[in-house]
Amino acid sequence: MKTAKFTVSALAIVAASAVAAQAREQIQISGSSTVLPYATIVAEAFGENTDYRTPVIESGGTGAGLQKFCEGVGTNTIDIANASRQIREGELAACQGNGVTEIMEVRIGYDGIVFASSANGPDFAFTPADWFNALSAKVVVDGAVADNSATNWSQVNPDLPDQEILAFVPGTKHGTREVFEEKVILAGCEESGALEVFTAELGEDAAHEACMTLRTDGRAVDIDGDYTETLARIDSSPNGIGVFGLAFYENNTDKLSVGTISGVTPSTETIASGEYPVSRPLFIYVKKAHFEQVDGLKEFVEFFVSDDLAGPDGPLAEYGLVSDPELADIQAAVADETVMQ
Amino acid sequence: MTDLPMPQNPAAAQPAQKSSLLSQDDRTRRRNAAEKRFRSYGAAAIGLALAALVVLMITIISAGSGAFRQTYLSIPVALNAEQLDPEGNRDPAEMSKVLTLRYGSVLDSALAAAVENTGIQIEGLSDREIKGLISREAAAQVRNRVLADPELVGQTIELDVLVNGRVDGYFKGRVTMASAARDANTSPEQLMLADALAERGMLVTRFNWNFVTNPDASDQRPEAAGVGVAILGSLYMMLVVLFLAVPIGVAASIYLEEFAPKNRWTDIIEVNISNLAAVPSIVFGILGLAAFINFAGLPQSAPIVGGLVLTLMTLPTIIISTRAALKAVPPSIRDAALGVGASRMQSVFHHVLPLAMPGILTGTIIGLAQALGETAPLLLIGMVAFVREFPGAPPEGLFDPASALPVQVYNWTQRADPAFIERASGAIIVLLVFLLCMNLLAIWLRRRFERRW
Repeated sequence: MKTAKFTVSALAIVAASAVAAQAREQIQISGSSTVLPYATIVAEAFGENTDYRTPVIESGGTGAGLQKFCEGVGTNTIDIANASRQIREGELAACQGNGVTEIMEVRIGYDGIVFASSANGPDFAFTPADWFNALSAKVVVDGAVADNSATNWSQVNPDLPDQEILAFVPGTKHGTREVFEEKVILAGCEESGALEVFTAELGEDAAHEACMTLRTDGRAVDIDGDYTETLARIDSSPNGIGVFGLAFYENNTDKLSVGTISGVTPSTETIASGEYPVSRPLFIYVKKAHFEQVDGLKEFVEFFVSDDLAGPDGPLAEYGLVSDPELADIQAAVADETVMQ
Repeated sequence: MTDLPMPQNPAAAQPAQKSSLLSQDDRTRRRNAAEKRFRSYGAAAIGLALAALVVLMITIISAGSGAFRQTYLSIPVALNAEQLDPEGNRDPAEMSKVLTLRYGSVLDSALAAAVENTGIQIEGLSDREIKGLISREAAAQVRNRVLADPELVGQTIELDVLVNGRVDGYFKGRVTMASAARDANTSPEQLMLADALAERGMLVTRFNWNFVTNPDASDQRPEAAGVGVAILGSLYMMLVVLFLAVPIGVAASIYLEEFAPKNRWTDIIEVNISNLAAVPSIVFGILGLAAFINFAGLPQSAPIVGGLVLTLMTLPTIIISTRAALKAVPPSIRDAALGVGASRMQSVFHHVLPLAMPGILTGTIIGLAQALGETAPLLLIGMVAFVREFPGAPPEGLFDPASALPVQVYNWTQRADPAFIERASGAIIVLLVFLLCMNLLAIWLRRRFERRW
């Protein structure tokens, strides 16, 4: 008869589950692992300073987060998606198809992308063109398109150290990859004049594509994990150069030395002033429809972009986020609950 | 029947004499050598496995033991009434509008005063480095204390606060003066100040229960992070698995073993159960997402969903081990029970099941231990997350978001601050202790209830 009792109590647990699908007390967030540390800092402070519960935050990449975000409206879907790039047309269409129509796009600040090598190795002073010539699958040799055969940084640019080319770049599921391709590789493609040659040979669309296709002979390694994996790779192969977020680098300055881009050293100041070229805005996407159903959601978003947190002296800036110069406009937009068109 | 022909020729008897007990022939020697070789292979295999285990344990314990010790600083803090209670009426509702950031500045001035009082002089020490000595968690600590007892405002209280992760790392040997010189988050001057404070007994490293009881913390305060929520989440999931998988699994195996007719259908079911036992656990995660969250509408990140998914994963293990235990009960027991007039159900529940119990319990605990260490299925149901809020008491608490021990390990290895690596190893130690306890329990139960015939 014990078995019968067990079964009854088990059924009772399952039955109790039917009750749980109404209003929710805790905010649920998912998305970019770049935004994750900032979101956890805000969530922690939010839980400490208000009577609301601390939000739950998952990571897993911008794409995965937005996919979850667009699954639908209701308390068993997430409320906020963290994104290290803007939402794409296709994702927006998927959202609308599932009834997620009122989306607020909130820019929380800017993040720099830095290139860092082992602290024991030589220092690097890059230009975007160096990165293009080192990592692109096709380059221009003597005015003609050719396969990239460079094996050494000094072959790409005689000013760079004589070190083997080995770069750890974020995998395609990361939002960082897109910024890397556009702001570094594509910019380098234009800067070096390769874009013109590509356009002449392949046509305009194919030329952009050709610029951003990275070589596949093992010199550019896709890292699908987080920056900790990139750091571990650099530990084991000291010749490697990794692509990191500024905040991650600032936490590990004892192990990494950062390369300059076009002579500018990355820091929150140079990124804020726009001197350092490789930066991107970070976003959170919020479902306006959940303001009613989830306790403290609007308060959380307002708290996130408040001067105390996201301002230039706040804890987010201290951790490595570049404060948005137009923060006041964003605060106003959040207060008015402005949704994307 | 002794009509075998006796050997006539003494020369022909020679080979038989060769295989005497005293001198071995070639073939025996080869066989003995083969056995010796086999034994040494076996010993080498065990030696290799042991060496790997020792290396693993040494790595984890040396990296993780630091998480169980933490450095604290005790300083007097003057709770400035103008800053903490601008209205001056000591009303907790009014005072809760003062954010932790304001408390941070109160602590900064307290720390500066304390350092000045000790008369420590360090060249090149900046205010920022003095402020950076203590954890950002300290501000929350003071705020909670003041809100709990508003009368403290205006007084000076003696406070034990956590120190910053880098300074803590210095006392544990993780951070050195050489690495601090390159580090943007600390400096040799700050560490010299910490050394001087430690000499005066204000800074002490002591055992850290908070690692086991605290929830996770953000990237800015690794020193305050703990596995409390993860332990509770894992415990809740194990409860769900225990209450669902054991009754269902045992009932299914009893039916299949004792009552079900042996035909093609039961054969198909048997093959399927064995198959399910080998299905990768992530598949159960996908199933859980589709069935429990999207279809049944259960909340995300909740231990109940994690428990249900792990139940599905553990069921085949429990069914297979329970059936083996039932099979091991001699048929004579059943026959005797039936012979004195017991019904089949009575024979099973009064005789077979009690005798099979040790085997069932062992299988169950091994299944639970396997479920305890599982991360992959939890990834898809939202449990691989930053959770700071403790879930409530069961049964309602089963629906609150929670984390799990292996998930906590995974999360911490992804954090930027190197102090989290120590925390991750610490969490592995906690997980290993849990597994060890469960396996010891399994052995004890087996010994305790074992019957011999």
